[in-house]
Amino acid sequence: MSVNETIQNQIDSNAVVLYMKGNAQFPMCGFSNKVVQILGRLGVPFKDIDVMQDMEIREGIKTFTNWPTIPQLYVKGEFIGGCDIVSEMFEDGELEVLMKDKGVI
Amino acid sequence: MALPAAEIQRMIAEAFPGSETILKDLAGDNEHFAIEIISPAFEGKSRIQQHQMVYEALGGKMGTTLHALSIKTRTP
Repeated sequence: MSVNETIQNQIDSNAVVLYMKGNAQFPMCGFSNKVVQILGRLGVPFKDIDVMQDMEIREGIKTFTNWPTIPQLYVKGEFIGGCDIVSEMFEDGELEVLMKDKGVI
Repeated sequence: MALPAAEIQRMIAEAFPGSETILKDLAGDNEHFAIEIISPAFEGKSRIQQHQMVYEALGGKMGTTLHALSIKTRTP
């Protein structure tokens, strides 16, 4: 499977996917950790993908999304944003609305 | 490798004429910055599109030369 197919499969098979540094139990970066905390606050179950474990995924996801940084949050196969966007949406109340609309919470 | 603040300011000013930019060096190492850009160019664009415009303005240096950039975008 090509890395694009792997990524497509991951975002198709899991309602919420977070490409991050480290994992949900042990985030390895402040920005990744912030998103993990926000998802926890909203009670959103998610699949964490530790890009530090796989260089192909780490680079592949940047090309796939056309977005140069990690973390990257996907909901129902759609890219929602990185740490800044997710934080802003959380503070606005927009993220909770989105998660409810998508039937994730 | 790092990107000096003056260089960031220049690239943003070039890509967003008539914008207001506030740039903060978060760690004093030219690698972790926070930027706020207020520009009419963001009108009608989603947050993702606005941030992608900023990444493009930095000419692919994001994630390589520049390690971390916190972005806030607004219209005037």
